[in-house]
Order: sequence, then C-alpha cells, then structure tokens
Amino acid sequence: MVTRGVSSGTAATREPGSSTLRSAAIAWRLATVVDVVTETPRARTLVLDVPGWPGHRAGQHVDVRLTADDGYQAERSYSIASAPEDARIALTVQRLDDGEVSPYLTDVLRGGDRLELRGPIGGYFVWGVALGGPLFLVAGGSGIVPLMAMLRHRAAVLTANSDARHGVPTRLLYSSRRWEDVFYRAELAPLAEDDETLEVALTLTHEAPPGWTGFRRLIDRRMLAEVAWPPAERPKVFVCGPTPLVEAVATALVELGHDPALVKTERVGPTGGSGSAA
Amino acid sequence: MTEPFVSRGFRGRGRPGATAARLPPGQYETPDFPVLSAGPTPRTPLATWDFLFRGADGPAARWTWDEFQALPHETVNTDIHCVTKWSKLDTIWEGVSLDTLLAEAATRGVKSAPYVLAVSDGGYTTNLPLADVAGGKAWVAVKYQGVPLTPEHGGPARLLVPHLYFWKSAKWVRQLRFMEHDEAGFWESFGYHNYGDPWREQRYSGDP
Amino acid sequence: MTVGEHREAVMNREARTGPEEGVDDERAGEVLRLDGNAAAGILSEVFVPDLTTARATCANCGMIRAIGALLVYAHGMGMVMRCPNCDAVVLRVARPRRQLWVDLTGAKLVVMAGVGAPSVA
Repeated sequence: MVTRGVSSGTAATREPGSSTLRSAAIAWRLATVVDVVTETPRARTLVLDVPGWPGHRAGQHVDVRLTADDGYQAERSYSIASAPEDARIALTVQRLDDGEVSPYLTDVLRGGDRLELRGPIGGYFVWGVALGGPLFLVAGGSGIVPLMAMLRHRAAVLTANSDARHGVPTRLLYSSRRWEDVFYRAELAPLAEDDETLEVALTLTHEAPPGWTGFRRLIDRRMLAEVAWPPAERPKVFVCGPTPLVEAVATALVELGHDPALVKTERVGPTGGSGSAA
Repeated sequence: MTEPFVSRGFRGRGRPGATAARLPPGQYETPDFPVLSAGPTPRTPLATWDFLFRGADGPAARWTWDEFQALPHETVNTDIHCVTKWSKLDTIWEGVSLDTLLAEAATRGVKSAPYVLAVSDGGYTTNLPLADVAGGKAWVAVKYQGVPLTPEHGGPARLLVPHLYFWKSAKWVRQLRFMEHDEAGFWESFGYHNYGDPWREQRYSGDP
Repeated sequence: MTVGEHREAVMNREARTGPEEGVDDERAGEVLRLDGNAAAGILSEVFVPDLTTARATCANCGMIRAIGALLVYAHGMGMVMRCPNCDAVVLRVARPRRQLWVDLTGAKLVVMAGVGAPSVA
C-alpha cells in the first residue's frame, strides 16, 4: 500500500524537503554536534553536521530522539533555526526545567557528541522567497525559531538584490519576557538596520532595560493593528509560539480582516510538539 | 549500524527504584501528574452538571451536583498506571463509590446489564465490564489530593478505576450507560486493549 | 453541552484571557493543543507525500481544511486531530510498538495536490 521514494521520473528536479525526497526525509540519521552556542540564559543553539542531509525549507522541523543505555527512548520535535542555504543545520532549544529532553540538549550535549534526528518534516508551516510577500511574522518566546529560519533564508537570497527585497517586504513582531530572553538579539538588529524592507518590532512583557523604546506589553489586537500589514495587502502570516498566544493572535488577525487561509500557525507545546519545547 | 546508538549521558525520566515491586511490567514511576488530553478541556459549570446512570432500555437515575455531594464519599489511596508507561504511586482521591451509585440506581428502577460505557463531556467514552466497577473497585472522584478536581485533570468529576490502565478512568464523566453487549470506547475502538489490565500488560488489542 | 454551546464557551474563555507569553502555562489543558504539522513526522511514516498539506473534509460538519491546520491533541496514546470548526475527530494516529495505526474515519475525503512524478520541465 505504501510506496517509498520516487516511483518514476528520475530526471525530475528536486526541491529540498519536497515529497519526492520522502524516503530520505524520514530516515533517522546520526548528526554530529559541531558547536553549542548560548543564546539566552535558558536557550542554546546546537550546530549540527548531518550526513546526507537532503536540505530543508524554512519553517520545517526535525524530530530528535534520545536513547538511554537501557533502551529507554524519548522523542521531541525542534524547529530548524538555520537557513536552507547553510551547510549545517542549527536547532535552538529552550530548556524547560522539568523537561525530559531539553535539559539534556542544553546542558549535557557538547561538541563531538552525536544526536539522532530525522527530517526535515512539515510542508505546511513553510515559507520561501518564491512564495512572495508581504510577509508578517509573529513570534512568542521560542516560537521565533522557525521564523528566524525564514528571515535568514530571506537575507541569504535577497541581500544582493534591492528590487527583489522590495518585492518581499517583511515585518516581525516578537514577544519575549525580558531583553535577555530575546533569541538572536545580536543578529536581528543589524538585519533590520541594513535592510529598509525589513522591520523588526519587539515587545517585552515582564521587564525592559532603561531607555527601551519598543512595546512593553503582551501582544494584543491594538498592537497587531499597528504593526501588521493591512489586510488588503494580503500578507502571508506565520504565527509561532505558545498555544494561548498563537490562538489569540490568529483570532485577532482574522477579526482585523486577514484571510484565515493566509494565516498559518505553529503552536509550540509540550510532549513532542513542533518548535523548541520540553 | 550493528549496535544501537546510545545518547551519551542521557537518563530520561522515571527510573524504578525502591518502589519497583509496585510497578506493573513496563512501567516507570513519575512524581509528576502528566496531563494527557484527546480534545478541548470541557468546563461544565456545577449549576448545569449532572450525572446519569442509564439503564440499557430506558429509565435513568440522575443526580445534580448538590445531590451527588450529599451521597456518602470515601477517601481512596491508590496507585495509578497509564498505558503510556508512567505510574504514580499513593495518589489520594475522594469520591462516591460506584457501589453506592449502583445501589441507588437499582432502587430507582434502573436495570443493570453486564457492561457499562462511561460517557464524558466532549464525547470521550470507555467501556468496562460491570464486574470491574463493582465490589469496591471504582469511584466517581471529585477531589484529588484533598482539593476539588481541576478541569485539566477531569474535574468536576471523573471515573476512577485504578486496577485498570488509567484511560479507563474517564475524565469529565457525565454518564454510565448499562449495555447488554460490550461496545468499544474511544481508545478501545482504535486498537487499545478492550480490558486493559496493567499487571498482564494488556495495552493493545491482541495482547493476551 | 452541544457543540455550539461548547464553542461559545471556548471563545468566551479566549476573549477573557487574552494573548499571553505564558511558557509556564504549558501544563494547562488548552496548551496541549497543537497544529496538524505536529503530526507531520508520524504521518510521514505511512504516507509518502507530506500529508499535512493535503486537504481533509470533516465527516461531521463538511468543513475543508489543510491537515496542517487541524487541531492536534498530542495525547500520549495517540495524536487526535480535530476539526477547527466543530471539534469532531478527523484523524487519529498512534505508533504502538512497531505498528502504526491511522484512523481516517473522521475524514470524508482527503485531497492531495501535486502527487506523482513531476514532469521534466
């Protein structure tokens, strides 16, 4: 009943992460940890070499599997933070103190270790430059990870070409508790400064540094009305974060007039959900 | 790869220790109380909540929340075992014994039958032999650890049948329906074991 | 409670609580709900094309949605995927031992575009 791999058409062009690579995409692979980078007090980025990696699309994730010496296994999903254009893949993991998998990835794993994973997975919550804009990205907490892959992909493809950048104007609204919890802080500011077609709006919900000029509250409908593209421009919207935030933002955007078909959501949750959780 | 890969330094949760003897085969003890849900959490107000014992062919016995609370309650200290391999020891519940409810239902003319189907808010169902909910084996629980059951853990009331895998302890229970013939519930109709005895490790249909 | 009353209750609750960053809320019931793309990995073990981009018709209310847009309840016993319109179960997937179970009875129809060998451009 199930056919694996490509049944015919050997001359077909293959887009990374597309269905024609299914047999390669679902195999478990042993990646090697090249580096573990501290992003925030609770988050680390794992930079991995994955032999035979078929490539991915921004927004996709991998499943990670840990095996204890008695055979016990635990599996979780993590969004890919790196652009498809990078040779290595990067996963940014936030440690949940009572998580089973995340503390291992953030505290125990080190360069030289191997990590079992499979992917890329997920064709629903993906964006590529070819899909066009305007693009509106909304992130809550660790939900920034797949959206950062989209921004990095956009930068990699469009940096040299100003006209192309203007064709895909992009806005990011990113909610975090405190400045120290903002992932990729050092990268986001220059990315926005160097590119007049990219706007980054941050909101801090718990505490802000002195002189903070960004938003200082939970994302609400008023903030979305201010930051989002007008519905008439039919932006492609990607919302990623904890379930309550995602559902409230998606509801508010639809109430503001955005077409639900253009609002894609990825809820970050415990027990094997996509994105950096548990 | 001839040798299975092992993640350096990974322990995982729930390693059986001194309490190993109380764990059914294949289970791990957990100090947590994982919340597993197959659907949105129902939130029925107590003012509209009722509990029904429905006969196979007609009359039902019904209790409102106040009437239910007026029935004799028991405190139960028991171990619970989830088919997903976690077990929690010494959990303390308070509720009404199914024996009390069965006796009450009988006086109200509800005709019993060999099987029951528990029906919950949100549509979840699970089936059990009558023999497994009678004789001090089952309760409708309203408190956990001395505190009213929260919606996430099945409140206001859930079934508690600790001698079987915990999916049989239906959260948000609203009805017990007597059935002449056994009828598979939500997980039983998907491939999980019809009976679910953790001590015989009856997790999936086809397990002896 | 009818489906209509239930949905109204859910919406009223969402309007009251508002959006929150809430990483600590992960233990509360509602946050166990994920998107269909959370099931993409497990579905990829059965279906060769990525099922999360396929469109499923809910057998209960007739609404058509991408499987990636279904509400996933990642219950440890299986992934239960519900219609965002009426909450009926559209799809169930479980991976016990070395088997994979897929219950599609809640989907009246599943339509997938772009299947089969692409033509040489």
